[in-house]
Amino acid sequence: MSDVADRVKKIVVEHLGVEADKVVENANFIDDLGADSLDTVELVMAFEEEFNVEIPDDAAETIVTVGDAIRFLEKNAA
Amino acid sequence: MFDLTGRKALVTGATGGIGGAIARALHAQGATVTLSGTRRAALDELASSLGERVHVVEANLSDKDSVEALVPAAEAAMEGLDILVNNAGVTKDNLFMRMKDEEWDTVIAVNLTASFRLSRAAVKNMMRRRYGRIVNIGSVVGSTGNPGQGNYAASKAGLIGMTKALAAEVASRNITVNCVAPGFIESPMTDVLNEKQREGILGTIPMGRLGQGDEIASSVVYLASQEAAYVTGQTLHVNGGMAMF
Repeated sequence: MSDVADRVKKIVVEHLGVEADKVVENANFIDDLGADSLDTVELVMAFEEEFNVEIPDDAAETIVTVGDAIRFLEKNAA
Repeated sequence: MFDLTGRKALVTGATGGIGGAIARALHAQGATVTLSGTRRAALDELASSLGERVHVVEANLSDKDSVEALVPAAEAAMEGLDILVNNAGVTKDNLFMRMKDEEWDTVIAVNLTASFRLSRAAVKNMMRRRYGRIVNIGSVVGSTGNPGQGNYAASKAGLIGMTKALAAEVASRNITVNCVAPGFIESPMTDVLNEKQREGILGTIPMGRLGQGDEIASSVVYLASQEAAYVTGQTLHVNGGMAMF
C-alpha cells in the first residue's frame, strides 16, 4: 500500500470514526462509511491540509470513494 | 455571562451607527475585533478609541474581489475567526415601478450576496474548529415589507432564509447562525428622516421611541456568546414592539 493510501485511510478513520478494516478502496464515504454530505466536505478539507493541495469543487465532487481520494491525491499531490 | 474573552470577531459596516455599537460591545466583552468598512478614517478612529485587540480591514462589499479577500485578511490578522457579524447594509429606496436595476442590484449585492460570500468563507474554518457564531443583521422590513424598499426588504428577507438554511447545515458542527432584525434605530440611516416622517414612525412603535445601537449590539453579544449555544436559525426582532411575530 502506498504512503498516500495510508495517509488517506488514517484521515478517514479519524474523521468518520470507523474501523480501519472497513476503509477499503471501494468503500463509498456516504453509503459504506456512514458519512453525511458535510463530512465529505470536511474530508476534502482534511485531504487538502494533509497533502497541501487545493482540491477544486468540481474535482471534490468526483471523490466519492476511498480509492477516488487516493487516486486523485497520488496524481495531484506533490 | 456573555464573556467573549479569546474570541475573534469580524464586524462588517463597523463605521455605521449599529455596526460601531456592535464592535464596541463585542470588544467590551473581551473579544478581539476586526473592523471592516469602506471609510478608512472612521475605521481608524473607532480602532484607536478601542485601543488593544483591534484590527482594521478596509473592504468594499459591492466588489466581489474585495469581499473574498476580507475573511482571509481577518483570519490572518486575528489568527482565527469565531464570530462573523454581517452588519453592512445599504439602502437605495425607490418606488417599485421606478426602481432601477442598478438600485436593485447594489442593495442585493451588499446586503445579501456579500453576506453569503463572507459566511461561506468563514464557515470553512469554523467547521475545522468545531465552533462558530454567525450573526446576520436583518431588518423588521424583511418581515413586514415597506413601501419604497422593495430591494432592501427582499435583501433582508433573503438573509432570514439564508440564516435558516445555513443554520441547519452546520448545527452539528457547533456553529450557530442567527439573525437580529432591528426596527427603527437612531443611526445615520434614520437621521435623514424629517420631523413628519419621524412622528409617523413613532406612532407605529408601542415603545414610543427609536431604538439605540447599543440595544442591537447587546442582542448580538448574546447570540455570539456561549450562553446562546442552543439558539440557531432564529431571527431576534429588536424593534420596540412595532412588529410582533
